[in-house]
Amino acid sequence: MNAASDVGHHAQRQARWHYGEIAFWLIVLACGFAFPTRYLIMTDILRLALFTMSLDLILGYAGIVSLGHAAFFGVGAYAAGLLALHGIINEPVLALIAAGLAAMVLGFATSFLVIRGVDLTRLMVTLGIALLLEALAERFSNITGGTDGLQGIEMQPIFGQIPFDMFGKAGFFYSLAVLFLLFLFARRVVHSPFGLSLRAIKNNPLRAAAIGIPVNRRLIAIYTLAAFYAGIAGALFTQTTAIASLDVFAFERSADLMLVLVIGGTGYLYGGLIGAVVFRMLQEFFSTITPQYWQFWIGLVLVLIVLIGRQRLHRWVLYVPNLVIKQIAGRKAVVAVPESDA
Amino acid sequence: MTAILTNLFDGVAYGMLLFVLACGLAVTLGLMNFVNLAHGAFAMAGGYVCMVLVNRMGWPFFAALPLAFVSAAAIGIALERTLYRHLYTRSHLDQVLFTIGLTFMSVAAVDYIQGSSRVFINLPAALQGQFDVFGVGIGRYRLMIIVICGLLTIGLQMVLAKTRFGSRLRAAVDDPRAASGLGINVPQVFAFTFAFGCGLAGLGGALSAEILGLDPYFPLKFMIYFLIVVTVGGSSSITGPFLASLLLGIGDVAGKYYVPKMGPFVIYTMMIVILIWRPNGLFGRTAAR
Repeated sequence: MNAASDVGHHAQRQARWHYGEIAFWLIVLACGFAFPTRYLIMTDILRLALFTMSLDLILGYAGIVSLGHAAFFGVGAYAAGLLALHGIINEPVLALIAAGLAAMVLGFATSFLVIRGVDLTRLMVTLGIALLLEALAERFSNITGGTDGLQGIEMQPIFGQIPFDMFGKAGFFYSLAVLFLLFLFARRVVHSPFGLSLRAIKNNPLRAAAIGIPVNRRLIAIYTLAAFYAGIAGALFTQTTAIASLDVFAFERSADLMLVLVIGGTGYLYGGLIGAVVFRMLQEFFSTITPQYWQFWIGLVLVLIVLIGRQRLHRWVLYVPNLVIKQIAGRKAVVAVPESDA
Repeated sequence: MTAILTNLFDGVAYGMLLFVLACGLAVTLGLMNFVNLAHGAFAMAGGYVCMVLVNRMGWPFFAALPLAFVSAAAIGIALERTLYRHLYTRSHLDQVLFTIGLTFMSVAAVDYIQGSSRVFINLPAALQGQFDVFGVGIGRYRLMIIVICGLLTIGLQMVLAKTRFGSRLRAAVDDPRAASGLGINVPQVFAFTFAFGCGLAGLGGALSAEILGLDPYFPLKFMIYFLIVVTVGGSSSITGPFLASLLLGIGDVAGKYYVPKMGPFVIYTMMIVILIWRPNGLFGRTAAR
């Protein structure tokens, strides 16, 4: 077997659906039926999961560290809010796509700024763009509603058939459907040759360029795609909560997002989904103990994760499941240890 | 005309303050290539120490300033020896996460101990009010800031340029490997400089309570300003960050005065444009490694 077909074989095996993955999505769907009183928090988790998946695409696969990913979330949120408020596009799904596209345009425009320079410059530029948009949204308060945010958004039924109910049931399944579809697409993308080339760039941009990968064009493409995802997440936020306020751009949102992704693990797409669940539970837990100072404990979790080391932590977490699987099936775990640092 | 001069004066005071606050970060980023987003937390620590000493224990303001420096430096060296040290070789992502975590912790901790409202330091009467020089209003407090920060800057420049420690530090910044090959104890140089930078930040925090406002969210609010100073100024000398802080200070004050509606917009746009034009900073020579 020559090297090329070996790589292809390996990549194909990686890309195949595992039983664990199917089980994962079945459990998510089952949650929707099992906890009918918890739709609001579950919808929140789904949104966060989608947003985190967007960061995973650029951080976990392409190695772009961003401190301002909330910029795209915010643009999506405001776009969806404005479209619904002024009745430009009433149908939620179309509005969702339009909001995603708006964020995507911004992502494409700013990607040229981001691909320049080293990590630190990227941090600064992404952070700067998010702050800039926040300042803009505050400045043009006649459009965005300023610090009060957009109010009085009324969502039309999905496809003109399914209305949003007050318990958030429709919102939950709508979000779940969007998340799943976008997940399928992201999964396809990261397992394609395009996705493999991104990993090559992340590991060593210089070498990737030497073997003929157009580094900058690939980075622009994935950054734009990630912006689209983040915009959709923002639009879902507005559509399911019927508000959009200035804090969609806040630095804390981008920082929390990193924490979510790091808890879940980068570079295997499920990191965002698992991280979102764990993060929200942690947040609930801490804020029941100390309603005002939960941020301290979140900070402590971040510090500990870094000090212990993300790889080691994931090995610990997966130790028991792997052991069980090894005993039962007598082979290596289906739950692979995710790829490490960016 | 006088309004312009007054604005210029305020801008210079503001910029000098920013320089004292941020120059420690320039060393952290330049020497060890460590992204320390928690730098503002040290400034806040110094500010609160000064506030407690002056307001609660009745110390004179000028006696509390050195203690703000010492306490922030002590916290800095303690954290450097116990935590930061392990992260120098880690990826930027890890450093960012770690220091964001520290920032969150410091914000919540100060909120818990001192409450979330803005605090003021009782100033001696000699520092309050302003006087006119040819019709230009000069605030006494701002004048003091310019004097103190100006002296500090000259002192720093002298230490860097003339002393043996300064040449060791410069050697370590230029090429850590070659420097340690020449027998310079790079980690020690760095630990000392880190502590000193934290101390300066603490002093800056104490001085800035009057101008920037001191509350538990200080590290988050001004993080971007510190980073702008360092990234725009470059980290290869202290002249770069110094000029960048002056530029930022004057730009911010003028922006708020002449186009109040645009607010921080001016600063962020300026930063992005400069970073795109010169990714290593306006005055930087080498790329961050």
